[in-house]
Amino acid sequence: MDYDFSDDIQKIWPMLIAVGAFAAVIVGLLLVLDVLPRWGRHRWHVLGFLGPAMILLLIGLIIPAIRTIYLSFFDAGSQNFVGLENYGWIFQHTETLHMLRNTLLWVVFVPTLSTAIGLLYAVLVDKARFEGIAKSLIFMPMAISLVGSSIIWKFIYAYRSEEQDQIGLFNQIRVWLGLQPKQLLLDPPINTLYLIVIMIWIQAGFAMVILSAAIKAIPSEIVEAAKLDGVTAWQMFWRVTLPSIRPSVVVVIMTITIATLKVFDVVRTGTGGQFDTNVLAFEMYNQAFRYFDDGKGSALAVFLFLLVVPIVIYQVRTLRQRTESR
Amino acid sequence: MAVLSRRRRAFTLAGVAALAFAVTGCGSSDNSGSSDTSKPECAPYAQYKVDKKKTVSIYATIRDAEADKLESSWKQFSDCTNIKIDYEGTGEFEAQIKVRVDGGNAPDIAVFPQPGLLATFVKSGKLKEAPAPVKANVEKNWSKDWAAYTTIDGKLYGAPLGANVKSYVWYSPQLFKEKNYQIPQSWDEMIALSNKMVADGIKPWCVGIESGEATGWPATDWVEDIMLRDQGPEVYDQWVNHQIPFNDPKVVSAVDRAGSILKNPKYVNAGFGDVKSIATTSFQEAGLPVKDKKCGMHRQANFFSNQWPKGTKVAEDGDVFAFYFPSIDPAKGKPVLVGGEFPAAFSDRDEVVKVQTYLSSPEWANSRAKLGDWFSANKGLDLSALANPIDKLSAQILQDPKTVIRFDGSDQMPGAVGSGSFWKGMTDWINGKSTTDTLNFIESSWPK
Amino acid sequence: MSSVTAAAAETSPLYRPEATTAAGRVRRRLTSRTASVVSIIIAVLWTIPTFGLFVSSFRPEEQIKTTGWWTFFSHPQLTLQNYNDVVFGQSSSQGQMASYFINSLAITIPAVIFSVSLAAMAAYALSWLDFKGRDWIFIGIFALQIVPLQMALVPLLKLFSDGFSIGGAQIIPAVSGDTPSTAFVQVWIAHTCFGLPLSVFLLHNFMAELPRDLFEAARVDGAGPAMIFRRIVLPLITPALASVTIFQFLWIWNDLLVALTFTQSDNAPLTVRLAQLAGTRGNEWQRLTSGAFVAMLLPIIVFLSLQRYFVRGLLAGGVKG
Repeated sequence: MDYDFSDDIQKIWPMLIAVGAFAAVIVGLLLVLDVLPRWGRHRWHVLGFLGPAMILLLIGLIIPAIRTIYLSFFDAGSQNFVGLENYGWIFQHTETLHMLRNTLLWVVFVPTLSTAIGLLYAVLVDKARFEGIAKSLIFMPMAISLVGSSIIWKFIYAYRSEEQDQIGLFNQIRVWLGLQPKQLLLDPPINTLYLIVIMIWIQAGFAMVILSAAIKAIPSEIVEAAKLDGVTAWQMFWRVTLPSIRPSVVVVIMTITIATLKVFDVVRTGTGGQFDTNVLAFEMYNQAFRYFDDGKGSALAVFLFLLVVPIVIYQVRTLRQRTESR
Repeated sequence: MAVLSRRRRAFTLAGVAALAFAVTGCGSSDNSGSSDTSKPECAPYAQYKVDKKKTVSIYATIRDAEADKLESSWKQFSDCTNIKIDYEGTGEFEAQIKVRVDGGNAPDIAVFPQPGLLATFVKSGKLKEAPAPVKANVEKNWSKDWAAYTTIDGKLYGAPLGANVKSYVWYSPQLFKEKNYQIPQSWDEMIALSNKMVADGIKPWCVGIESGEATGWPATDWVEDIMLRDQGPEVYDQWVNHQIPFNDPKVVSAVDRAGSILKNPKYVNAGFGDVKSIATTSFQEAGLPVKDKKCGMHRQANFFSNQWPKGTKVAEDGDVFAFYFPSIDPAKGKPVLVGGEFPAAFSDRDEVVKVQTYLSSPEWANSRAKLGDWFSANKGLDLSALANPIDKLSAQILQDPKTVIRFDGSDQMPGAVGSGSFWKGMTDWINGKSTTDTLNFIESSWPK
Repeated sequence: MSSVTAAAAETSPLYRPEATTAAGRVRRRLTSRTASVVSIIIAVLWTIPTFGLFVSSFRPEEQIKTTGWWTFFSHPQLTLQNYNDVVFGQSSSQGQMASYFINSLAITIPAVIFSVSLAAMAAYALSWLDFKGRDWIFIGIFALQIVPLQMALVPLLKLFSDGFSIGGAQIIPAVSGDTPSTAFVQVWIAHTCFGLPLSVFLLHNFMAELPRDLFEAARVDGAGPAMIFRRIVLPLITPALASVTIFQFLWIWNDLLVALTFTQSDNAPLTVRLAQLAGTRGNEWQRLTSGAFVAMLLPIIVFLSLQRYFVRGLLAGGVKG
């Protein structure tokens, strides 16, 4: 057990210093903003609060995004302008069309089912006795890294031929039921569905946490009033709970949809994109990083971005409504 | 409340740190830091010495036990010369190397498993030409073929590191003795042997091509080996350099010949299931049924010797051994498919040059060979240092000037094909896609 | 105010008023029993996969590769070898997880603090400070969530290596990762950048729900926006802050791609080490099982300790009182 701690201690100090420095800067900023003179005050407030985040977003995300859009019109080595050729490529091959189909399956199933299950569970365990533990169990998949999740599900989906012992739970159950073990991840399109199950398993915890907080935020007067009117649990859910947390439900669905469009690790460790399980974000990674084709990779990224546009538009409308009603 | 959670977080941090202390507090071994460079055994390294402590970073695909051996192989060098070698092995080499180079964070030396990939970086202008001492070593110790793999536009970029021979078929000498099987000397004899095994109730072939992101590569090795035999080395070269299209009838012939074994439900997949199980069986476990005599033959490179469980005797009279993957027409010669790694430098600092030179020298090759399960095409390699019979055999083959050597084809093709559509195509092919469709797909993906 | 919150604490969406009659009481018990059964079924289904991994981490290598983990119950064979290898092993082929654990801490904690703080401030500006173009900036930040991480890695890395200069004048200096004191700066900045869009979005949603009257009241009292932020907004959005902190913590702790790009071998976090443990053999599942659990331990602790902040009732009667 020769472990030398002294090397690692060196890393703790910079961390503490960094956090301390940051805290000092922020507190200082807030104090300064308080004592500003009247004139031009508002502008400084906006800058002070929004500025740091905007700077980071600019260098970390906005500039790369613009660069990506630019690169999507060039060829693999980013030397020659090729116009819309990369975009055309997306729609011309069976493989890429299947990839789009798979992405659609993901986007349809993951947000809806994760939110439904998360919501159901949040409602069921609200104020129950072991609420903390109950929620932790559903949330745990989110705490496991994707590498960990892929190992976990390997032990569920693994295949061994009939003569051998099964090491995957799914096939063991099939064998107990008298069926043949199957190679679950080989046959499209159902293999995509098996991968989708993994994502739902992970995301339901996210939905549950957000919706649970939202349920607890429902003003008690509304609930009291409903009780006085004499509602059943069913009615309470549909007429009171759900409408009250509707904004949060929408937020959850939108966030999970975006996370699903970006899904990449699950596919990579599950099937490596083989057997027709490829999805948009994984193909983007392949093109850019394994095939060294920045043009196609960027085009896929921009396409992904365009897919989010409907969600963005919806968000714009909700925002407008909300500001008007305030 | 935000302040509270911050304080709470500080407590958690302190608690965890304390926990870490407690758990690992036992024994802080004294860093054997002082490297005395004037010791007698340091004499051979005198030419590599530097005055102040310097660090050279090496980035490669070699991990685990092999990485340990690598690090031991240059430990003495490091101690004697004041050059610390910071080694990092990764499974994400191909993707990460591009990110690091583009981002200005390239390692000092990167060990490329594919000459094709190395060529891509040469084209981008980031790799430094091999320094003079390395060039000298290469001229002295490697055949022209090997030097050619890292020579682009007439300039050499690196000396090969290790090598492997891929045209082997693993088998169980015990099983062969029991059933009185003879080692096949030609393709037809091998097929006859396969049929004999079927008649005896043993499935003749076990194959596995799963390998994470690289799934499919063992199947490409099958195709390359067969291409060499079915069509000959000249056509092989044309194929690799895209002078004939990927879906040329000659290629179709080779792939179909591979299919006569790989897609034959009577022949595969011993110990694992049906034909399709090839796609989900990892390459590391694919050959193991040979040892248990549940599988007759497993075609795989010499590095498979690393996969046998501890205690397996790898010898002609042992538990497992390998024979040469026979040619179709022995009169036309015996081609051998090989692979290897090539370190190349992104920097030309003095200490980096010294490390590169050392790695290209016979001294290092022998130092590594002593640790076992490895060999290289370095002519200065002392064959007696090779303990493993397979390694000895392979090194002999490589040093024999009569052998016709060809480097792994997919490693020479452009990345989009060699580490992309070729792998993927073969996996789909195993899963049921037709040869024509597969080859058309790969052909369409060849970068213009 | 306290009586109203107490009542709120008692309330459950499933509360049924007929509980006073006998039949009502039975029906109530049945419903809550159905609720319990369904939730238990879901909980069990969700936990089985992880449980399988947990059991496997204690099994010897041979067993893991040849038999299913459920056979553990009929033929128990326990070993701590996997954990030992993974945590204390020193060679390349073994764990050294203790060092990487420290790295993960050093990377995650500051990055979480930075990103949540900046996100809270930005969300506040976007919800309660009026200025032109505010809505469009918010939409823009929301849309930035979709920018794939992979596309942003190389430009950011280049920026760190070269700095940013216009016509020879260095505006942003290069940030090297060489010395121990600056080892993590790159990865902190990277994580903060990438975590902002979602955090701002989530916090904005909670902040926007706060009643306007609170702000009016405070403004009448003469408080400036900064003071309102500190004294009023932050305490009220504690559950949201806790949620976002947890998500950020988890995301950064479990991240692989950003760490691979911005850290080198010595500074790499647990996830990188875990991915390496998959090994060239790719089949070293026994080390992965224990490794995954070691990596999981801290996030679970963080979740459990912070999740009580969700449970507190929020605005129940906040204005009335």
